[in-house]
Amino acid sequence: MSYIDPHIHMVSRVTDDYQRLAQAGCEMVSEPAFWAGFDRGSAAAFASYFRHLIEFEPQRAARYGIRHLCWLCINAKEAEDVPLAREVICLIPPLLDRPNVLGIGEIGLNKNTRNEATVFMEQLSMAADLNELVLVHTPHLEDKYKGTRMILDMIRELGRIAPERVLIDHVEEHTIKPALEAGHWAGMTLYPVTKCTPARAADMIEGYGPDRLMINSAGDWGPSNPMAVPECVAEMKARAWPPQTIRKVTYENPLAFFSQCKRWKG
Amino acid sequence: MLSAQQVLDRNFLEIRANLIVVAAALDRIDRAAGADRVRADPRVTGIGKALKALMEGAPNRAESVQMVFSEGYDPNWARPRAGSR
Repeated sequence: MSYIDPHIHMVSRVTDDYQRLAQAGCEMVSEPAFWAGFDRGSAAAFASYFRHLIEFEPQRAARYGIRHLCWLCINAKEAEDVPLAREVICLIPPLLDRPNVLGIGEIGLNKNTRNEATVFMEQLSMAADLNELVLVHTPHLEDKYKGTRMILDMIRELGRIAPERVLIDHVEEHTIKPALEAGHWAGMTLYPVTKCTPARAADMIEGYGPDRLMINSAGDWGPSNPMAVPECVAEMKARAWPPQTIRKVTYENPLAFFSQCKRWKG
Repeated sequence: MLSAQQVLDRNFLEIRANLIVVAAALDRIDRAAGADRVRADPRVTGIGKALKALMEGAPNRAESVQMVFSEGYDPNWARPRAGSR
C-alpha cells in the first residue's frame, strides 16, 4: 500500500531505512529542519544543513524511488539564541525558490520561553510575508498543552496566515481538539515511549474523523521507528477500517496539505 | 469498526500487562531506599491522580490523564511583539 511519511528526519537515518521504507510502500517523505542533537553554533553550519536537505537528501531518496521534500527554519531549541536565530532566518528566503522546499518548519516552542516565542513569531511573520506553508513543532511532555495553546494564540493573533496552511504536529489527546478547532491540519507522531502509539493515533482518528489528520514517524537520531506509519496502517486494518479511510490519512491528506505550496508540482 | 466485545478480546491481555507494569513499578519505588522522600514528588502524586482519573469512568480518559501531567496554561501569557524581518 502506498503511503507518505510527512515528518521524518532522514539525515539522521541510514540508507537501509530508505530501502525499508520503499519496500513498505513509502512514495514520499517530507523532512522538517530540526535540532541535530547538539547546538550548531554558527549560521554557516545551518547553511550546510539546508543544502544537505535541499540537494543531497533528495538524491539519496531517489535511489529508492522515494520523493524527498523538505522544510526550512531555525528550530525551537536553538531559537533560544536569538541573534543566531536571526542570522539563520536571513538565510532562508533565497532558498525558497527550490521546488522541493514546502515551506517554513518545523518552527514552534520547546520549553515555552520568551525567546522561543520571539523567534517563532518572527518566522511565522516571514511565512506570512512570503505566502509559505508552515509546519509547527509542539513541545514535549508536560510542556505540550501550554505550548500548543501559546502557539495557537500566536498564529491567531498574527492573523495573516490562513489556518488551513498550517500543520500543527505532534498532537496528542489533549491538544488535537484545539488544533483542529482552530482550522489547522494536525499530525500525530508515532514514538515508542513519548508522543503517541499506533493504537492511540487510530483512537484519535476514530474520535475526530479522518479530515485534516495525518500520521508520521518523526524518525530521527533518538528512539524512534521509521516504519511506524506502516505499523499504524496494520493497526487500522486490524480494526477493519475501510481502505479509503486508511488511504486518506496516510496518503491523500498529506498530499492535499503539501499541494497548497505555491511551488507544488504533483 | 470493531464491536466492544471484539475490542475487549483484542486488547485485554495488553491492558492486563500494562496494569501489571504500573503496579510493579510502584512496588519497585516503595521498596527502594528513600521511598518516603519521593511520596510528595509531583510525578508520584500525578500517578495517583492519573489512576483516579482511570476509575472515574468518564469518556476521554486518555485526555484526562494527559492533563494530569500537563503544566497549566494562562491565556494572558506575555506575548512577544510581532516580529518583522
